[in-house]
Amino acid sequence: MIEVKNVYKSFGHLEVLKDVSVSIQNGEVIAIIGPSGSGKSTLLRCINLLEVPTKGSVFVDGQDITDKKTNIAEIRKKVGMVFQHFNLFPHMTVLENMTYAPIKTKGADKLSIGKKALELLKTVGLEEKANVYPEKLSGGQKQRVAIARALAMEPETLLFDEPTSALDPEMVKEVLQVIKALAKTGITMALVTHEMGFAREVADRICFLEGGKLIEEATPEEFFSNPKTERAKQFLEKML
Amino acid sequence: MQFHKMVEFIPLLVKGVGVTLEFTVLSTIAGFILGIIIAVVKVSNIKPLKWLANFYTSIFRGTPLLVQLFIIYYATPQLFDYKIPALNAAVITFGLNSAAYISESLRGGIQAVDKGQKEAAMALGVSYFNTMVDIIFPQALKHVLPALVNESIALLKDSSLVATIGVMDVLRASETIMNTTFIPFEPLIIGAAIYYVLIGILTLLADVLERRVNRSDRS
Repeated sequence: MIEVKNVYKSFGHLEVLKDVSVSIQNGEVIAIIGPSGSGKSTLLRCINLLEVPTKGSVFVDGQDITDKKTNIAEIRKKVGMVFQHFNLFPHMTVLENMTYAPIKTKGADKLSIGKKALELLKTVGLEEKANVYPEKLSGGQKQRVAIARALAMEPETLLFDEPTSALDPEMVKEVLQVIKALAKTGITMALVTHEMGFAREVADRICFLEGGKLIEEATPEEFFSNPKTERAKQFLEKML
Repeated sequence: MQFHKMVEFIPLLVKGVGVTLEFTVLSTIAGFILGIIIAVVKVSNIKPLKWLANFYTSIFRGTPLLVQLFIIYYATPQLFDYKIPALNAAVITFGLNSAAYISESLRGGIQAVDKGQKEAAMALGVSYFNTMVDIIFPQALKHVLPALVNESIALLKDSSLVATIGVMDVLRASETIMNTTFIPFEPLIIGAAIYYVLIGILTLLADVLERRVNRSDRS
């Protein structure tokens, strides 16, 4: 369970988040959407403290992660992240990418985590790429490996930061399919996306951000067929 | 040409090669270790330490190496009442000096690694220390390897400065031969050739290392 409470975030004079509160129940999938520069990614990055809120708190399983005493590395083991630009480690093979963190941070046994990594690769359809370096993969393959890498940590929650925005159009589908399948497994997910059809299909709830504020929160049916705010209406007209 | 007259001095030259290599290897090791530490300080967020590291770099880059060597060799006995051996003085000077250059190369290399790499490691719960050692350094090393090879080559050549404080390295050996035989050209050209061959070997080793480091680009 994740609770973002009255979070503000500024970069210098630029206030990116203004009093945002949102909670995510266990097993829930939320999609954070909104125009560029509305603070979607910043909000997501506050959940694993890649951005430290200027004000407000973020609770993960009841623990305030903005508290200086919290061991953030421990929290991050439970909250995985998938990035827009994949961020695979280029000097490690696909398998090493996936097993590195579990071995280093959880003392996982090399043999058993290797086996598990291969199984995960199978679920994303890339088992034959285990010993290849990331450079040899297409964008869509890289992102599937990045998802598998996050899963190898057995997180309770996965954060997706525009996972298909850097992909060629023909590769978007393969990544979305993997995420869709994942959503059905009951893992908690928060995703920032520009793919409206996908958000509608996969999310339990839509959070619409505009100018750093959460101005609308609704089920996908409600939001897409009958948005309450004028700003959301305008946004959807442009996107759909 | 009187190269035949050089034969009897071969043992002296061989000894000189040993001394030159000893200086170079010890100084390189000292320079690398200190350079890595200073580079880590430079990319950290500890302001006073950062300032100190930058000041250090500016001093050692801003004054001639020979002046530094003279200060450490001749002034140490005066200041600390300790007659510093030439080897120690040279290794300390060269180590301190090359650390300044190496730290700058490494800092640039570390900062050239995509910020997403650190974020990805952090998001996986990897500690700052492990992130630096396992994720950032190997990638930074790739960027800075050519600069580090240049630094080692420079160190090997600069090691000839120790001849000025009386150490019998390759240059000093050539000089001694010149002074005994009154023939300048042959001993000096032999000395130059020895440096050239040593640097050639170093360059070959560096090529092998570079290929190893870059293997993720090919397979």
